[in-house]
Amino acid sequence: MITNDLPSPADVAPARRTLVLPVWVWPLLAAAVVLAMTLIYSGGRGAADIMSAAVTFSALFVIVGLGQMLVITSGPGNVDLSIPAAISLAGAIAMKVMDGSNGMIVAGLAAALGAAMALGVANYLLIRLLRIPPIIATLSSALIVQSIAIAYGRGLKIKPPPAFADFCTGRTLGVSNLALVAAVLTAIVLLVLARTVYGRTLLALGQNQRAARLAGTPVSRARLTTSVVSAGFAGLCGVLLAGFSGGSSLNMGEEYLLASIAVTVIGGTSVAGGRAEPLGIWGAALLLFLIVTMLNTFGLSAGVRLIATGVIIVTVIAIGGGRKAA
Amino acid sequence: MTAASLNARGPARFDAVRLLRMLLPAIALSLMLAVIFSQQPRAMSYVGLTLLLNLAVPVILATLSQLCIIAINDLDLSIGSFVGLCACIAATLLKDTPLLGVAALVAAVGVYGLVGALIHWRALPSIVVTLGLSFIWMGLAVLILPTPGGRAPEFLTTVMKWKPAFVPLPILYAVILGLGMHLLMRSSLGTILRGAGGNPKALANAGWSLLRARVTLYLMAGTLGALSGLALVGLTTSGDANMALRYTLLSIAGVILGGGEFTGGRVNPVGAVLGAMTLTLAGSFLTFMHIPPDWQIGAQGAILIIVLALRAVLNRAEER
Repeated sequence: MITNDLPSPADVAPARRTLVLPVWVWPLLAAAVVLAMTLIYSGGRGAADIMSAAVTFSALFVIVGLGQMLVITSGPGNVDLSIPAAISLAGAIAMKVMDGSNGMIVAGLAAALGAAMALGVANYLLIRLLRIPPIIATLSSALIVQSIAIAYGRGLKIKPPPAFADFCTGRTLGVSNLALVAAVLTAIVLLVLARTVYGRTLLALGQNQRAARLAGTPVSRARLTTSVVSAGFAGLCGVLLAGFSGGSSLNMGEEYLLASIAVTVIGGTSVAGGRAEPLGIWGAALLLFLIVTMLNTFGLSAGVRLIATGVIIVTVIAIGGGRKAA
Repeated sequence: MTAASLNARGPARFDAVRLLRMLLPAIALSLMLAVIFSQQPRAMSYVGLTLLLNLAVPVILATLSQLCIIAINDLDLSIGSFVGLCACIAATLLKDTPLLGVAALVAAVGVYGLVGALIHWRALPSIVVTLGLSFIWMGLAVLILPTPGGRAPEFLTTVMKWKPAFVPLPILYAVILGLGMHLLMRSSLGTILRGAGGNPKALANAGWSLLRARVTLYLMAGTLGALSGLALVGLTTSGDANMALRYTLLSIAGVILGGGEFTGGRVNPVGAVLGAMTLTLAGSFLTFMHIPPDWQIGAQGAILIIVLALRAVLNRAEER
């Protein structure tokens, strides 16, 4: 397995876990339990539908989660708050440039990703020039970009090109295309973290910024890459979401801010930085989706579903977290 | 000779830079008011200022709540939904069954204290815990008030629509809140609370309880958040679970604008009050400049970046 050479919690504190399982297995197990409970209640009906819906919707959360994970891994207290703004802007730009024609899909995708990555560069420059933590930099830029997205996208009712909409809602060999995109990105992130200078620098930076700097690792470049990748993934999510849901909307990114942090942390990535768990994001995204499905099946109201989601996030972090205060 | 003159000038320049940095939030607010007044001189009146700054009162309370959490190096991502919940409680329970309403508000503030204890006890990252908490507040608010509505209790509308002599109400509240919080943070209790954020180890070695400090700050934050919800309902006269979600980011921005920092228990209550007022004014500012309201949150971001940039310049001047 690729992540074998990362320090796992079992190496650090052998006494704490008797069962040697990788961290990312736990949310996946929890998701399986929730799925089982749902199916027992429904008498096994709709298993295939629930599974495919879960995988499709989780895919979008995984894509933004991967970017948020890199930012969180870069150090204690680092969070990208500009993800919703990047999603809304990229969605609006993609729909406008594509303008419903199949021939413009590539151009629209490039324009949207370009804009999102420019936001990433801007975030990095704010962090660097104003010497402020990423969370304040992304908060300020998010306010401005959200405004641009609102002004640019107001009254925008352009449908995605048919071929692009088909791709976003379609499946290949029975698996939804969105899930395949997310899987490919996950594999790339896993490889990059384990095998590239950038990946190793990011983990070192998250564990001890001072030590990483003194050791001569390219810290600044790692920060820039992280900023750009996080914004780029959010932009990609925005384009795919617009294609999936038949057009962009002004507040389409809203729910992804809290969700991106939640899936990252429940997935086992350390909030204190320095430890990333890309595979855990899948388990966490499936878990959150399946919990909502389960409570829906039980016939509970929206209020109860929200409370249950909150209680689970707090419980997971209270049991699993607390190694190092952020 | 040069050494002597340098020595003589060093501290003086240091103080000027420091003073300028301290006055930055006040300068930002004055500039904005100056532009508004030059565009519309009639705004420079009792009624004008009341209308301009009315909505600043709940934002100020939410910002001071966030300030309590930031003072101990934590961050509260749930304040927006908490203010919404308290507003919903006020518009329903507090109006119909006052005793139950008060009990619900006290319980909600109590949960804030418990969360502070949990974060301290398990050394948890506050960002994630308050993120989970925000879903819980939202869920409770939706259960209490599934669709926007309800009615504000009369005493709240009275308190928020009161017309004191000479001083516009929002300014009176802003002064009371800013000064009150300033004095509290400068008091012996406040010094210990800030110390818990500045140097927890030293504070613990000196025999103070870090747990008690954190719980106290979380209870203060909960109380201010609840007051923010009450003030908001007093102004809008009805409730909605989503009405204050923007307050989460706005309150963080307000604290930062006011000169607070994420580490070291460095907070500035007066600056935070001014910061909250500046951010609230951004909307009206654009209207007076004939810029579409789409750019309101963009203007808030721009103000934040400009002030942070000026502060970075001043910091560099100080280092030199």
